[in-house]
Amino acid sequence: MTSLMNRSPGPSAGAATGEAGHRGLSLVVAAVILLLMWEILALVIQIPILPTPLATLSTFGRELTRNLGRHFLVSLMRVVASITVAVALATPAGLVLGQSQRLNRLLSPFIYLLYPIPKVVLVPIVLLFLGVGNAPKIVIVTMILFFQVLVLVRDSAASIRPEVLTSVRSLGAGRRALFRFVYLPASIPAVLTAVRQSIGTAVAVLYIAELFATRYGLGYYIYIQGSTLFDYPKMYAGVIAMSILGLGLYFIVDAVERRSCQWTEA
Amino acid sequence: MVSSSPVGSVDGTDAVIAIADVSFAYPDQPPVFDGFSWRVEAGEIWSVLGPSGCGKTTLLLLLAGLLKPQCGQLSVAGRLIKRPRPRTGLILQEYGLLPWATVYENVALGLRIRRFYGPDGRHVPPDADIDSSGAQARIQYWLDRLEIAGLATQYPGQISGGQRQRAAIARTLALQPDLLLMDEPFSSLDAPTRESLQLLTLELCAEAGLTVVLVTHNIDEAAFMGQQILMLHDPPNQEARVIENPHKADNAYRCSGAYQMACSSLRQCMDKAKVDGSAGQRGLDEST
Repeated sequence: MTSLMNRSPGPSAGAATGEAGHRGLSLVVAAVILLLMWEILALVIQIPILPTPLATLSTFGRELTRNLGRHFLVSLMRVVASITVAVALATPAGLVLGQSQRLNRLLSPFIYLLYPIPKVVLVPIVLLFLGVGNAPKIVIVTMILFFQVLVLVRDSAASIRPEVLTSVRSLGAGRRALFRFVYLPASIPAVLTAVRQSIGTAVAVLYIAELFATRYGLGYYIYIQGSTLFDYPKMYAGVIAMSILGLGLYFIVDAVERRSCQWTEA
Repeated sequence: MVSSSPVGSVDGTDAVIAIADVSFAYPDQPPVFDGFSWRVEAGEIWSVLGPSGCGKTTLLLLLAGLLKPQCGQLSVAGRLIKRPRPRTGLILQEYGLLPWATVYENVALGLRIRRFYGPDGRHVPPDADIDSSGAQARIQYWLDRLEIAGLATQYPGQISGGQRQRAAIARTLALQPDLLLMDEPFSSLDAPTRESLQLLTLELCAEAGLTVVLVTHNIDEAAFMGQQILMLHDPPNQEARVIENPHKADNAYRCSGAYQMACSSLRQCMDKAKVDGSAGQRGLDEST
């Protein structure tokens, strides 16, 4: 399992709390350093397309209660809907493929061909088919998450140790109970890892998708402020909102993963 | 004293396990069992001994209903086995614990599966107690009995091999089986842990009056655990070779001359089984 930050294997509660505190502090320090570098660069360059972080954050705070907040909520809704649909479709599909070698052999070539296609190039096609509104944005982000979840869940189901299946079957478990007590909980780390790893790409593609056929969403907001209204502090405020969207979702999934998958660090 | 005797008919009605003319082969492999017959009476404790690849684990999986014979009849407690039987407990060398569940959750797993299905007679005995509070008391009893109550919130990855095997035993015994099948349950444990768990297992089985079939490749373990020993050889196994080994399994026995003699006799029998098996099956590949 990979993460942006190093993960410690510490099992004790005290050690875990200390580690979490240290991690939070190092994140704050990194954020302050990045803001300082931005400030210095803006002061040195002195051009309108790079406002200072202070001016940007001030605009961000002001805009959040106006238009920016609404655009943020629309983008958040689209990402959350995409995650929900992708997990709901890909998890059972991955579990079925992981349990059935025959089916996996049959469908693997399709996954192999479709998985690496950069989904962002499909944006115009999806827009042509689904038109305006939320649906094309949700579909395109769902496609990114779907394959990632599908592949990781399939591999996690296929790698369940045979003695675990044998012993649980000997306890009386049939197919339904195996699914409920073995395959489903075994897939949780794979689902969370897939979502966590894909969130950055999903938000980036959402930005592209929101440039077309919509008047709501952070992608639209950033584009309009930067390219049409030339209000650069607002454009940067939109960039910050989009970063918060990606980072916030990443942190939430990361926290859920740490909480529900403690056994993977045991 | 160790003595050797062939097995008689399998038509007795008291037999917990009755195997009659069973044949089994894995796909594209020579048969592991070919017209094999064997019977086990209620309350008996058997060791199944033999070289690697002789079919010990295959026999256990057949008894557990996890494999199906191609020919012959295999019945447990008077019923033909076509699928896992709810009153048969199985303990494996690699424990088979869920890595994402705590020790408590692992011990409770069988009882949760019973609540999941209800007493349907297929996955769960029709008279099984699936009451939640009763289940909690039973889980706590077996955690205490196996001395792992202090580890209840730990994950399998955080505890030792011996503790994991204790959790696996607690999980199985919490379901109150009448037949306990064990596949090399102590082979990956260090000697002191192995010996203490052997004694504890025998003590618990005696208390519950369980019938036990323990598969092992360890001669010392077979001699200590088994009141009777089924000797398998290189496939195909056609005839059950049974060695009577009556003794009182305690620490004193482990230090006795009788135990040393039993081990020595078993070693000779095993060497003979290898010679017989290879003589009878020259040219055949091992299939298990």
